[in-house]
Amino acid sequence: MKRFFISSSVTAAVITLLACGGSGSSSTAGLSGTVKVDGSSTVFPITEAVAEEFGKVEPRVRVTVGISGTGGGFKKYVIGETDINDASRPIKGKEIKKASDHDIEFIELPIAFDGLSVVVNRDNDWVDYLTVDELNLIWKPGSHVQKWSDIRPEWPDEPLHLFGPGTDSGTFDYFTEAINGKSQACRGDFSKSEDDNVLVQGIAGDKYALGFFGFAYYQENTDKLKVVPIDGGNGPVAPSVQTINNGSYQPLSRPIFIYVNPASAQRKEVAAFVNFYLDHAPQLVNEVGYVALPEAAYEHDRTRFAARKTGSLFSGKETIGLKIEDILKAG
Amino acid sequence: MNNHRWNNPRNARVWKERLFRWAARTLTGLSLLVLVVLIGHVLASGWSHLSWDFLTHFPSRFPHKAGIKSALVGSLWLMGLVFLISVPLGVAAAVYLEEYNRKGPWSRFIEINIANLAGVPSIVYGILGLALFVRFFRLERSLLAGALTMSLLILPVIIIASREAIRAVPKNIRLGAYALGATQWQTIVHHVLPAAAPGIFTGIILAMSRALGETAPLIMIGALTYVAFVPEGLMDPFTALPIQIFNWASRPQAEFHELAATGIIVLLVFLLLLNGAAVWLRYRASQKIRW
Repeated sequence: MKRFFISSSVTAAVITLLACGGSGSSSTAGLSGTVKVDGSSTVFPITEAVAEEFGKVEPRVRVTVGISGTGGGFKKYVIGETDINDASRPIKGKEIKKASDHDIEFIELPIAFDGLSVVVNRDNDWVDYLTVDELNLIWKPGSHVQKWSDIRPEWPDEPLHLFGPGTDSGTFDYFTEAINGKSQACRGDFSKSEDDNVLVQGIAGDKYALGFFGFAYYQENTDKLKVVPIDGGNGPVAPSVQTINNGSYQPLSRPIFIYVNPASAQRKEVAAFVNFYLDHAPQLVNEVGYVALPEAAYEHDRTRFAARKTGSLFSGKETIGLKIEDILKAG
Repeated sequence: MNNHRWNNPRNARVWKERLFRWAARTLTGLSLLVLVVLIGHVLASGWSHLSWDFLTHFPSRFPHKAGIKSALVGSLWLMGLVFLISVPLGVAAAVYLEEYNRKGPWSRFIEINIANLAGVPSIVYGILGLALFVRFFRLERSLLAGALTMSLLILPVIIIASREAIRAVPKNIRLGAYALGATQWQTIVHHVLPAAAPGIFTGIILAMSRALGETAPLIMIGALTYVAFVPEGLMDPFTALPIQIFNWASRPQAEFHELAATGIIVLLVFLLLLNGAAVWLRYRASQKIRW
């Protein structure tokens, strides 16, 4: 029996040694420490890209990025467990209160646009555009739309199959708020998935499907899907880098944010990371499939961060249809 | 007379036998086929990315530069720690329950609870780990918190398997040892545990394999997704193979889906190595039993 214990502890020791063997970064750069980021899976690719580039400049600073969802991330942020929260929607009133209960403040920095894309199957040859009212008719709670012909009589008398993200996602929050007027208010009988790739597959394989998800997922699948231009009152506009950036794709383009704890920002490595973020965002945001804000917006972000200006300009306010640089300037 | 074959009880029996054998074969074949298709698909889409660079690079937003180093090392650490924590605890608990504990309502109560714990969904252990290790003991999102949570998850499996193995050791062996003047401790260490070792190893293999592939509890306690360094101590943040695979699979770009497949190959090889080592240990242990 002794052998048994010896051999098992030897195995364990070997495993541990192997694990240690992988380490050994030697560098002489300036800063060190840890920057803890968590939050939205939508914002994750951007923060990951920034962390990757930042790691080349400051290899001794350890940046960790988690995916807990915007709300899950805020739960950790408001009790001071993280330095920065990735958010695909503005902080909510409840979250602000919880934060102030724990003496946690935040600097709100919009860092990119995400355009929600409404898409249909490649073989769908009847949809030319949809108005916001039609989208509301389809998606409102208790909607009676079951067939394409229920939307417009000239469209096929075929069943309409709906696809959308799960109700925990910030994308769902934003879509329902922009289309149905209230976050989370939506009909329940559609195919849901937290994994947008599942939605892509579902719509690509079903001629009578209609769904929505983040712009990046449409961009990667333009060969399988067809995007529907949206008429928000000024004529149909399809989402593209240009229409999202100049604000003409409305109301389905939204700013996404990082929230920085000013107490953490007193640490040099956190401040350096945030400044690096704002400086490199325009290029990195486009690389990972999102749309950069106008340069003026990043300028305002830098000023706000330099002044450590806390509080939210976006929380609980009707910002749909407003230009982001105007909101920031007013703040 | 041409008696009808179907009415002949002997023929009906033989037919049933054939039918059952055929059904069993088909079902085995089907499940193997599913496995072959799955592995084939993973190999086909992931093979091209498999390289030394893939193993030694950190994750990246560029699929061709991305590697699995931090996740692989994280999983190695995690498995090593889980092994060190759960095996001694689990085997000791099984020895106590089988050899020392008197049978009665109390031991039955414990038994039922352990069996129930083995069936609790892993996310529940994640919630427990978050509240207990991450928050209450302030271990934060460290390797240690992750390993303790995973150990809780697999302890019931190890305990149950070890108990079964210990129970299967014939009573004569214990009585023989006692007759020669051995104490209970000597009996257990020199006779019962070596005889039960192959069964205990099987339980450990199954439990460790489960821990290696689990994602939900790690995500719950907040193991991280982007980590571009390897952990250097118990309190360091970490990521693990299933988390990295999950992250790649949920991205929009098709190249990342291929990377996810490559990650699955690494995970499978890791699992096979782990199991191979355990099977070898089990074989050696079973060779030693001579009564």
